[in-house]
Amino acid sequence: MSVPGELQYTKTHEWVRIEGETATIGITEHAQDELGDVVFVELPEEGRTLDAGDSFGAVESVKAVSDLYAPLAGEVIEVNGTLGDNPEKINEDPYGEGWILKLRVSGEPDLLSAEDYEKLLEQAE
Amino acid sequence: MLGSLIRDKGREGRRGYTLPRFDVERVDLGEILPKGALREEKPGLPEVDEPTVVRHYTNLSRQNWGIDTNFYPLGSCTMKHNPRANEAAAAVPGFAGLHPLQPEGQIQGALKVMHEMQGFLSAVSGLPAVSLQPMAGAQGELTSILMVRKYFEDRGDTERTTVLVPSTAHGTNPATATMVGFGTEEIGLDEDGCVDVEELRGKVDGTTAALMITNPNTLGVYEKNIAEIADILHEAGAFLYMDGANVNAIMGRMRPGDAGVDVMHFNLHKTFSTPHGGGGPGSGAIACSGALAPFRPDPVAEKDADGYHLARPEKTIGRVAGFHGNFGVFLKAWNYIKMHGPELKNVTDMAVLNANYVRAHLRGTYRIPYEGLCKHECIVQPPKGKKALDVAKGLIDHGFHPPTVYFPLVVKEAMLIEPTETESKETLDDFVGAMLELAERSTEELEEAPVNAPTRRLDEARAARKLKARW
Repeated sequence: MSVPGELQYTKTHEWVRIEGETATIGITEHAQDELGDVVFVELPEEGRTLDAGDSFGAVESVKAVSDLYAPLAGEVIEVNGTLGDNPEKINEDPYGEGWILKLRVSGEPDLLSAEDYEKLLEQAE
Repeated sequence: MLGSLIRDKGREGRRGYTLPRFDVERVDLGEILPKGALREEKPGLPEVDEPTVVRHYTNLSRQNWGIDTNFYPLGSCTMKHNPRANEAAAAVPGFAGLHPLQPEGQIQGALKVMHEMQGFLSAVSGLPAVSLQPMAGAQGELTSILMVRKYFEDRGDTERTTVLVPSTAHGTNPATATMVGFGTEEIGLDEDGCVDVEELRGKVDGTTAALMITNPNTLGVYEKNIAEIADILHEAGAFLYMDGANVNAIMGRMRPGDAGVDVMHFNLHKTFSTPHGGGGPGSGAIACSGALAPFRPDPVAEKDADGYHLARPEKTIGRVAGFHGNFGVFLKAWNYIKMHGPELKNVTDMAVLNANYVRAHLRGTYRIPYEGLCKHECIVQPPKGKKALDVAKGLIDHGFHPPTVYFPLVVKEAMLIEPTETESKETLDDFVGAMLELAERSTEELEEAPVNAPTRRLDEARAARKLKARW
């Protein structure tokens, strides 16, 4: 399973790319593999303010519906609207075209490094 | 063969029957019907001859896969055999020909069945009051939690905003709580797969309305701390609701009311053997404590010196279904209970024995996430690297309906197997043999299955993403 070194992670299998004030968020390759084929993504409204750990939406696969949790606090500035018609992008390109939303970061994030996330996955095995 | 619709088989003008010539004066329907009652276009019905209709539906029915054709060990669903004697009881003309609006004096026999059925469920649950009205399990849940809400409203207690739900719960439990207007909070499990009592203790407070527990839970594990759990809730003024999906594992051996359950639902169609799923309607009867009894749905059957009556509970939540509920299901379930009498507990014993037999024979090849005896269903995981879905598809080639897979959510690659008491040792041995054979196959071979079904793998993802429900 690919765990890109430049990204940060959560225990609930979201990834975060922080560029300046903006954090781009998606789910990891491991998460999409566990879920199976994604058929629907529930996205939050733009402008909504999230605290770290808040549930901001859900990913529905052929197996189950899983909540999505905000890895860090911030305001939703953009959601990936193309997932409405093409939820399979989450399976095909979880770290690229399958991104889910962008936050304007507020507060200090508390995230896992790629190395720590890989350890977490190994322990779960 | 799949995908060919009856419409596609029609030819314009083709008929099954030729009606005799009119020998009365033709009347223009437009003249005698109210304006707007006549449709502007013909309805587009298939134009087919009778043999085509008969063959079309007979061939479709031959692809049906159910408890009448195959072993169907669908976990948490109790697909037991439906005794044909139940059907005979439901078909008695005096019952089958009743109209729900007939006056009470003409339906004393039917009301007697309802009243006795209420008594039977009271005896099985250990709870004094029953309502037969909910039409299925999820509606029984909804009814129960609506009664809990009304109880607190009636007392003026507006602080109760939360319903607690274990992580093994059926998805309908949090859905029910949400529909009723409560927030939900999840409770985790201890190492035995039971509700974590310490976590529960920390989360129960004056805002808790109820805990929705399933016992045995969806891991097939008996919630051994249920009495303590009930105490924790009662001390905080909250209720313990029990999802009755798994009553087949405790019936006659444990009465939920004795353990402190305040309200529960039954699936008459599962536990008491009436056809369900694609095969028939359900009944989600509820049983409750004296405190909740005044809030039961309207009506309930009562008896006095003059006979049987339908009565309206004092503070009823109102109706949750039209008329009396699914009366035909009561009759079948009533018949099932009467046939077993005091031996009903043997049903429970055999259901538990069969599940443990399957579990013991799969153990070693399949992984068992929670050790210890299971109740009426067992949970296994395929050998590492193999997928539950692939094993399930392989079972179709062996002539078995697959068990529930990927549920409960807390177990990865879960296969939830509920054999029920109505299966013979030979059937269970054949099933175990098939499971062991599939575990031997390579992942690539498994991914080929099923090869003997009318369709191979359906593209579930595409079906969900590009749903086409019209033609």
